Amino acid sequence: MTTQTLTLVDARGLSCPMPIVKTAQAMKAIPSGTLLEVLATDPGSLKDFAAWSRTTGNELVEQSVDEGVYRFVLRRK
Amino acid sequence: MTLTIEPAVETAPVRLPEPEIAPQTDGAAKTKELVIVNWSGELDRVWPVLILSSTAAASGVRCRVFVTFWGLLPFVKDQKRIVGENWMQKMLALMQRPGIDHLKLSKMNFFGMGPWMMGVLRQKYNVASPRELLEAATAMGVEFIPCQMTMDMFGLKREDLIDEMGEPAGAATAIEIMTEADASLFI
Repeated sequence: MTTQTLTLVDARGLSCPMPIVKTAQAMKAIPSGTLLEVLATDPGSLKDFAAWSRTTGNELVEQSVDEGVYRFVLRRK
Repeated sequence: MTLTIEPAVETAPVRLPEPEIAPQTDGAAKTKELVIVNWSGELDRVWPVLILSSTAAASGVRCRVFVTFWGLLPFVKDQKRIVGENWMQKMLALMQRPGIDHLKLSKMNFFGMGPWMMGVLRQKYNVASPRELLEAATAMGVEFIPCQMTMDMFGLKREDLIDEMGEPAGAATAIEIMTEADASLFI
């Protein structure tokens, strides 16, 4: 089931590992199949969110960068 | 679709607590496990232990931390200043102040100048403190196992340690969980 609602995690300004920790906590609160959007400014998050997606099985649907802000859209497994 | 910039963690609907590390039922895939031995009470060792353990839990990896020797003192409750029963044990707590906020550096401590500068840099770059990471780790189900032998030797009682700690255990438990885990680290 895919819904159009996006839950947002604003991790801008946070350093490793808090963007991942906050994303994991938010992910637990949403139903399977729904999307989560994460904004981060930590350059390491580019590699880290891909790794986290592979480890957890939550799909990394989309990623982009705009003026130093990384945006990830993940779908809960 | 319009998005408001709000931390989802605060606004997410409250759901019933579920096991932090749910055993995987699909297929034969076993939940990955990480064991870390936290032996030191120094900032530059306890910090990575907390970063890796909280990230492991966030990644769905079952993480257990065996806490031993100097590594136990950071897990003493905040309000406890002096722990131990005899003068030598009390002396140890004087030499290494217990509590998660009082970690020294293993090098370049310079009577507190090093940790102070580290704290300033940490805030400048918005890095989570050991306290914040410990709270995140325990909230996400990282199990901290205190070493019974060290507790005896340091005169530490179970109630001296933070409530989130698990039941004390010994070296055989450490060996068992380390050999069964997918990875184990001695930090």
